[in-house]
Amino acid sequence: MLALDRIGKVYPNGVNALERFSADIRLGEIVAIIGGSGCGKSTLLRAIAGLDRATTGTVTLDDIKVTAPHAKIGIIFQEPRLLPWLSVADNIGFGLSDLPANIRREKVAAALARVGLSDKAGAWPRELSGGQAQRVAIARALVPQPEVLLLDEPFSALDAFTRRDLQDHLLDLWADTRPTLLLVTHDVDEAVVLADRVLVMRPRPGRLFEEIKINLARPRDRASPHFDNFKRRVLTALDRSLDRGVPDADAKSTTGEAMWW
Amino acid sequence: MAMTLDTIAAPKPDTIATPAPSGRLRRYARPALGLLLPVGLALGWEIAVGLGWSNGRLVPPPSKLFATIVELARSGELTRHIVATLSRVFAGFGLGVVAGTLLGAVSGYWGLARQLLDPTVQALRAIPSIAWVPLFILWLGIFETSKIALIAVGVFFPVYLGVMGAILSVDRKIVEVGRTFRLSGPAMIRRILLPAVLPAYVVSLRVGLGLGWMFVVAAEFMGASEGLGYLLIDGQQLGKPAQILAAIAIFAILGKTTDWLIEIATAPLLRWQDAFGRQGGAT
Repeated sequence: MLALDRIGKVYPNGVNALERFSADIRLGEIVAIIGGSGCGKSTLLRAIAGLDRATTGTVTLDDIKVTAPHAKIGIIFQEPRLLPWLSVADNIGFGLSDLPANIRREKVAAALARVGLSDKAGAWPRELSGGQAQRVAIARALVPQPEVLLLDEPFSALDAFTRRDLQDHLLDLWADTRPTLLLVTHDVDEAVVLADRVLVMRPRPGRLFEEIKINLARPRDRASPHFDNFKRRVLTALDRSLDRGVPDADAKSTTGEAMWW
Repeated sequence: MAMTLDTIAAPKPDTIATPAPSGRLRRYARPALGLLLPVGLALGWEIAVGLGWSNGRLVPPPSKLFATIVELARSGELTRHIVATLSRVFAGFGLGVVAGTLLGAVSGYWGLARQLLDPTVQALRAIPSIAWVPLFILWLGIFETSKIALIAVGVFFPVYLGVMGAILSVDRKIVEVGRTFRLSGPAMIRRILLPAVLPAYVVSLRVGLGLGWMFVVAAEFMGASEGLGYLLIDGQQLGKPAQILAAIAIFAILGKTTDWLIEIATAPLLRWQDAFGRQGGAT
């Protein structure tokens, strides 16, 4: 279990980015964190990843305190961040350098096949499209079999079609080993299609505002009325988190749907 | 006559007409394009002197230059001078590169070292390197040591600056990837920093080598009995412009060749680059 206990972050310039954020996330759960800009989503993710130190509070994974990057926690960034001097296969195997070469090669080949890029094993990252590069990044993060995978707006730089494709693909990959997924996004659709739970945050200072459980069976039909219903609930919560003066959680209201962020 | 014209003209249309430049065009036409200007100028001058438009006494025609080189080569003197100059450049370049790389890497990697070292190094860099000549002669004598030291000083600064600047400008996002995979310090250097700085490092090596060639002449001006710089001085004192030009031409050839050697030696390591220059630039 990933336990986040009253995490707060004040940057050296005095910006209070995040305040008392607490959540318990079960192994295998998919949680989406959504919120307006400046609500500390990325700050939170970087603290969990051990890339930045939280000012207050603790991150514990299976009773071990996380203060630095941890073997069981992987992260996927908004950009693929592939190493341009390594081939696609070597990029995927980057985190496996402790393993003997033949086992590493097997794992990389399996991962390549799993993300459908076997024919690109020897290609340079510059030869990949944006979607392919992000798939390689996903494979690179998943191949060491992390217990928790953090995703920081992983598909926001992609076109709508590729994004959908990769969302489905991510769920597919998740089903293989069922790691915990913690996904920061500003795409309501993405949050509802992927998550068991959506955590809505409010900005200045960043705080947890509302928690919405998505009780929909997978695979989820993006066109179903239930799906729409959850989307509206998330949007309403977002609107309220920004004090847009929506009085109650009116499920029909779609005010600000396009402009909340 | 018609036949030879045909055979020369025949390959042209299809190499130009193919949409993607064919391998043959790439391999031969590009260097040929680079030769066009110098060969054209040389031919022009040869013809001008041949027709008597100029007597070519101060600027001897290419044929005279060539004859001078052949003469020097025959007596074995040319080899002696070239070897002397080359070994000075290599020794100085080697020393400068090693020192520049080590100090540049240290200053780039450790903030404290940079704060301690860099201001001093930058102040030393502001001194024109030739200004060291009298001191080096006093300290190290008139022979090889002082010459090599001068060349090494010239090579040191661009390499130092290049390495330090390259390390400082490595993309933080890529370094973060290394951190998420919990690379240790040495592993971070070997697997992230080194490959990331390589392109800039190669450029600084080439700049350093260029300065090495520059300073070898300065070094050989300060009293040498052999070397291409000596040929220059000798040609001036004895009024032999052809010998001066011959030495200059050899400098050009050696400089270009050594630069090209660095380029082809490092090309396999830089194949991953995604840059404007790789595509041959704008057409």
